[in-house]
Amino acid sequence: MNDTVAVARGVSWRMLHTFFTNPAFLLPSLAFPLFFFTAFAGGLSRVSQIPGFDFPTGYTAFQFVFVLLQSAAFAGVFTGFGIARDFESGFMRRLMLAAPNRSGILLGYSFSALVRWLTVASVVTAVALLARMKIGGGGVDLFALYTLALLLNLAGTLWATGVAMRLRTQQAAPVMQMPVFLLLFFAPVYVPLDLLQGWIHGVASVNPITPLLEAGRGFISGAPELALASFAIAAGLIAGFCFWAVRGLRSAEAAG
Amino acid sequence: MSPSLVQAATLGRRAIVRTARQPANVIFPLIFPMLLLAVNAGGLRSATRLPGFPTDSFLAFALAVPFVQGALLATINANVEFARDIQTGFLNRLALTPVRGIVLLVGQLGGLITIAVVQGVFYLVVALAFGVRLASGVGGAVMLLLLEVAIALGFAALGSWAALRTGSTEAVQGLFPVFFVFLFLSSMNMPRNLIQTDWFRWVATINPVSYLIEAVRSLVIEGWNGEALGLGFAAAGGLSLFGFALATHALWRRLERT
Repeated sequence: MNDTVAVARGVSWRMLHTFFTNPAFLLPSLAFPLFFFTAFAGGLSRVSQIPGFDFPTGYTAFQFVFVLLQSAAFAGVFTGFGIARDFESGFMRRLMLAAPNRSGILLGYSFSALVRWLTVASVVTAVALLARMKIGGGGVDLFALYTLALLLNLAGTLWATGVAMRLRTQQAAPVMQMPVFLLLFFAPVYVPLDLLQGWIHGVASVNPITPLLEAGRGFISGAPELALASFAIAAGLIAGFCFWAVRGLRSAEAAG
Repeated sequence: MSPSLVQAATLGRRAIVRTARQPANVIFPLIFPMLLLAVNAGGLRSATRLPGFPTDSFLAFALAVPFVQGALLATINANVEFARDIQTGFLNRLALTPVRGIVLLVGQLGGLITIAVVQGVFYLVVALAFGVRLASGVGGAVMLLLLEVAIALGFAALGSWAALRTGSTEAVQGLFPVFFVFLFLSSMNMPRNLIQTDWFRWVATINPVSYLIEAVRSLVIEGWNGEALGLGFAAAGGLSLFGFALATHALWRRLERT
């Protein structure tokens, strides 16, 4: 157990040191959620006047939930890029030789992804509050919202880790990124599910991210819905991707 | 044919072949803008019910975005390769040959524009297949590709300047989010007169990318709108001139150093 924690601590410290000291890693992580938030909440606020759009706390809060969940998932994906980089530079091979317990490697990367996301989430939340976002939910609701995002961050990290461990190259970046991007954007991003029309309504209805988004919006507006279902889906994603990541680690070990 | 033209054609061909040999650099700029178009057209379809929205098809309205975004992605990819030429010393070796600096720049930009036109044709064919009809007709399609050339030239010149100025692939890749700020803070998803947030409408109005998008959009949903086209070409021309002046200066400095 001590070995696992020691490895996790070393891996996460290294990842976080790189993240916080290198603007090339820090700035895109912060910039992209802010772009999305600005473009959607600022540029599309008129969408809230579409007949049938009745989100009680306004369009800024409506979009904030999406951006929070998107930043959580992408903090995990960006961590996967770092793992792939570690494979290409040869660091991972040395790490695997040195680590007495390799599960600590997964734990370390997951913890660093969590801290990464908390940093981004703090900035996005501050910007949203400066933009006078209305919040209808109480403390428990907001705690649930951030916990949900945290679980999605873990699921995203485990997904990207599994890909990075199997492909072991930075060229795998689109494989990590694109499915996450599609899952997020094939959900009701701009309007509630009821207002979606055509094929995207069908896709969004079966998309596992949709309940998470709707639950998050319920939490921020103070009218929780789909709370249990969303946490069950998040737990299911984590369980599935945990298996995926551990098998990826074994695949990397076998590859030497 | 004059030696300068031959040299520019050879360098342009090299830029095209190099891109074509990297599937990620070909497929990503083709597919990603189309995916984003599908997502936005599906998700924002109900926005066409807003009073004053200029069309009842959000797909037609948003078709302008891939043209600008595709030019941007192609520019980043090609200029990353240009920066790699500098990093690996190819430019230094080229400086020892009779090739003139300006020819090098023209060849690089020419290759990139060819890629952008191929992309433009792809976007147009996909849009037509999904039922979009250009209000400006066949002539509008030709004008649209000319506009795509002008847009690509503007972004390419700025990207070439970044490559020459820094000589770093990472720095050119770092331009990607900077260019995307301009795209996101434009009228890409909503006509400017329907943007509700005052500061956003103001930013979109002073943002040249809005005029590029609106010029392409006018050909798709309005027909021949001289004002929109004039502003679009002026914005693209301004970016091109500004970028080309900077790139020429950076090239001169770089060759001087080598």
